[in-house]
Amino acid sequence: MSSGAPDRRSEHRRGAARLAVVGAGPAGLAAAVAAAETGAEVTVVDLGQRPGGQYLRQPTVAGVRPDPHPGRAGDLLRQAGGHPRITFRSGHQVWSAEPAGDDPSETWPSSRRHSSSGGPAGAVTLRLFGPAGPDTLTAPVVVLAPGGYDRVVPFPGWDLPGVVTAGGAQALAKGQGVLVGRRVLVAGTGPFLLVVAAGLASAGAQVAGVVEAAPLHRWSRHPLAVAGQPGKLAEAARHFAALRRHRIPLWRAQAVTEVVEDGAGLRATVRRVDADWRPGEVTRTVPVDAVCVGYGFTPSVELAVALGCATRIDPADGSLVVTVDELGRSSVPGVLVAGEATGVGGAGLAVDEGRLAGLAAAHRLGLLDDAGLGRAAAPVLRRAARQRRFAAAMHRVHRVPDGWTEWLRPDTVVCRCEEVTAGRLRADVTGYGLDDIRALKLVTRVGMGLCQGRVCGRAAACLLAAASGRDQPLEDFAKRQIVMPVPLGAVAEEGPPQ
Amino acid sequence: MAGSFDVVVVGAGIVGAACAYACARRGLTVAVLERAGLVAGATGSGEGNLLVSDKLPGPELELALFSNGLWRRWATELGDRYGDIELEAKGGLVVTGVGPGADGAAGLAGLRATARAQAAAGVLVESLDPAGVREREPAITPELAGGLFYPQDMQLMPAKATAALLAAARADGAEVRLRTEVTGLSRDAGGRVVGVRTGAGPVAAGHVVNAAGAWAGALAGLAGADTPVAPRRGFILVTEPVPPLVRHKVYSADYLDNVASGDAGLQSSTVVEGTPAGTILIGATRELVDFDHRYNAEAVRRLAEGAVRLFPPLAAVRAMRVYHGFRPFSPDHLPVIGADSRVPGLVHAHGHEGAGIGLAPATAHLVAQVVSGERPDLALGPFDPARFRTEVEAARAAA
Repeated sequence: MSSGAPDRRSEHRRGAARLAVVGAGPAGLAAAVAAAETGAEVTVVDLGQRPGGQYLRQPTVAGVRPDPHPGRAGDLLRQAGGHPRITFRSGHQVWSAEPAGDDPSETWPSSRRHSSSGGPAGAVTLRLFGPAGPDTLTAPVVVLAPGGYDRVVPFPGWDLPGVVTAGGAQALAKGQGVLVGRRVLVAGTGPFLLVVAAGLASAGAQVAGVVEAAPLHRWSRHPLAVAGQPGKLAEAARHFAALRRHRIPLWRAQAVTEVVEDGAGLRATVRRVDADWRPGEVTRTVPVDAVCVGYGFTPSVELAVALGCATRIDPADGSLVVTVDELGRSSVPGVLVAGEATGVGGAGLAVDEGRLAGLAAAHRLGLLDDAGLGRAAAPVLRRAARQRRFAAAMHRVHRVPDGWTEWLRPDTVVCRCEEVTAGRLRADVTGYGLDDIRALKLVTRVGMGLCQGRVCGRAAACLLAAASGRDQPLEDFAKRQIVMPVPLGAVAEEGPPQ
Repeated sequence: MAGSFDVVVVGAGIVGAACAYACARRGLTVAVLERAGLVAGATGSGEGNLLVSDKLPGPELELALFSNGLWRRWATELGDRYGDIELEAKGGLVVTGVGPGADGAAGLAGLRATARAQAAAGVLVESLDPAGVREREPAITPELAGGLFYPQDMQLMPAKATAALLAAARADGAEVRLRTEVTGLSRDAGGRVVGVRTGAGPVAAGHVVNAAGAWAGALAGLAGADTPVAPRRGFILVTEPVPPLVRHKVYSADYLDNVASGDAGLQSSTVVEGTPAGTILIGATRELVDFDHRYNAEAVRRLAEGAVRLFPPLAAVRAMRVYHGFRPFSPDHLPVIGADSRVPGLVHAHGHEGAGIGLAPATAHLVAQVVSGERPDLALGPFDPARFRTEVEAARAAA
């Protein structure tokens, strides 16, 4: 560290910045605040125009009333926003990342700046694309808090206009004050559906119902997990009260198994499903303008995978997550990961994980000694452990068994980008003897479009496993050096100085 | 697992699949053993080029012209029953003098000399002035000196072609065993190869065909038939799907020098082409770095830079994916095809570097003739597996 620099800000600009945080949601903000409080200079990079991520999304259009954000998560926006050692680079997409300077033949603009200032070589180079074009950010320590995206399972009609993700519908309402439809149906599984339904209703939509595939009585099997989290009980009670207030029915152990176009709108078929989600009798058909679907979340692990971080399957929900220790340290030194990317657990847990990662980052930077880290982390660790127990119980109640594959028809699209149907996929797996994801992608083009398998990858892996009789490693869909599409002009500019 | 076959093909990439297809349709019993999955190696990491344009008169060009005709026939045979392999006779366009500061006159003179020699060897080639280039590729930069158009150059989708060839071979009785790594070659008392050993047991064979691509050197080493084939890494950038922007396979003339070079360091030239899926593929880099899977950001930057220089509208098109693979590099840039005089029973089919997709059918046809005891339609002398005595001895001395 180049201590003795006369001006902290100029030191920061020279590249001696200590911590880069990717993601300005609850986990990223908590990490930034925790590290900044120890004296670290923090740069937070986020794709959103304003900090907050999905949970704390702030309006980007004048006249839209911001959500009231209760509790610790809401405080974070104020603390981070006003902190003198936290710099935001909003509207910036991190499209790639690689270890900085691990190969002496490679020189990067930022690492050159480091060596000229006498600072330590960066651990990680992040490649950014923002409103002013491409840029790089090199830092000795990074906290990745990229969150997740809505998990969807395919069903006939899920690719129709008007069928959107629950998260997408919420983002439109929160960020731009736009409703996806006047009369909407919310379907899938998980407590997030209640949040979205209540939010859409209070924004003026008529919510025809919430279709929850899980039989909710399973919650009674997890009394200890719930008792450890009285706040969660109160939260659930608030959501149910909101549903009652807006007269929104909740249909349990049922699922939207088909949506068809009906005049100017849509008609959704709701069926009873058994514990494995195999479809039973039709319980109702619902005419709507829009269907919002959410089957939990898929952790966003691509950036960590690109950096070589080890991953594992989270036994709670079967998602691919980054392997971290209790303080968020990944298998790659200097790379910490917090929030949903380490296991889906909601905003409250993400705040705690972010705080722990921020403290561990400060420790790695030499701003906290072992004892200081232990003291600061202990109470957060206890709270995080309770929240993880609750999250595990939540996943057991709202698990996604494979019975949805029986909702599909041969002409049901599995990969929307490349328009690959379930029938084509199954026929190619059998006809060509495909038995791994790489071959499946290359031959059928499933997951090869713009979303790069984010939307369809897990569903395709499930269908492939069933058709080939071979378990499929989810990491094959997460491995990519270009994490988000970026203009070729930006890729061309991003090199060593001429 | 066991069994006995006329031919055991090691490797289920495009060359192994083609060999299995060519042998099985002659009525030979065939097993294909693949250490990984389908199209796991260079076949799944390339562009699918079937080029005559990048070859100078000589044995490789003869192989390419022979293959060119075979691919047209195979595409029809396969397409009807085993799926479209996306063969496009789109033609190749080589340009020179691209961008400010390029020596257009010298580049053009060099290209024209190449074209004359290729034409004499049976290659169809048409010389274009800058206006002629723009007429064929309206989105190309106006800053170029001219080019050559090769109507015989084609493209196909390598993964689909490989899957279709294997499916066709299976229909003719071949067995395809994935995730079956060959750990040794079995020899009889006379030293003849009579089969292979695998993690799942031995497999007996009349002939063993080494179609192991970048791993072919290691496989040959198991039989004591050292062959200096090494992995040569390449990166490819893929854009988002866009409306047709690049009509042919378009590359800069320095690609020819890169292909012909044996330099171990990073070499890059610009190769751009569209695909039926709407994506645009951008190559090509070459590095001899063994099986190093690490990302090389500089290699990828150069790809993007070259593509934008050649097609300026690409600057705004988004890169969606980057991948890499390992070409089987042969020191004299000729493939290794035919029976190994040092080890009876072992037949080689590898060392095509970046031309494996294009040269697969001719290679397979010759291999099928060799294992059937027929006289090959092309002289195999230039591809002789035992020709690398100097390189092999040097490697032994270094070890």
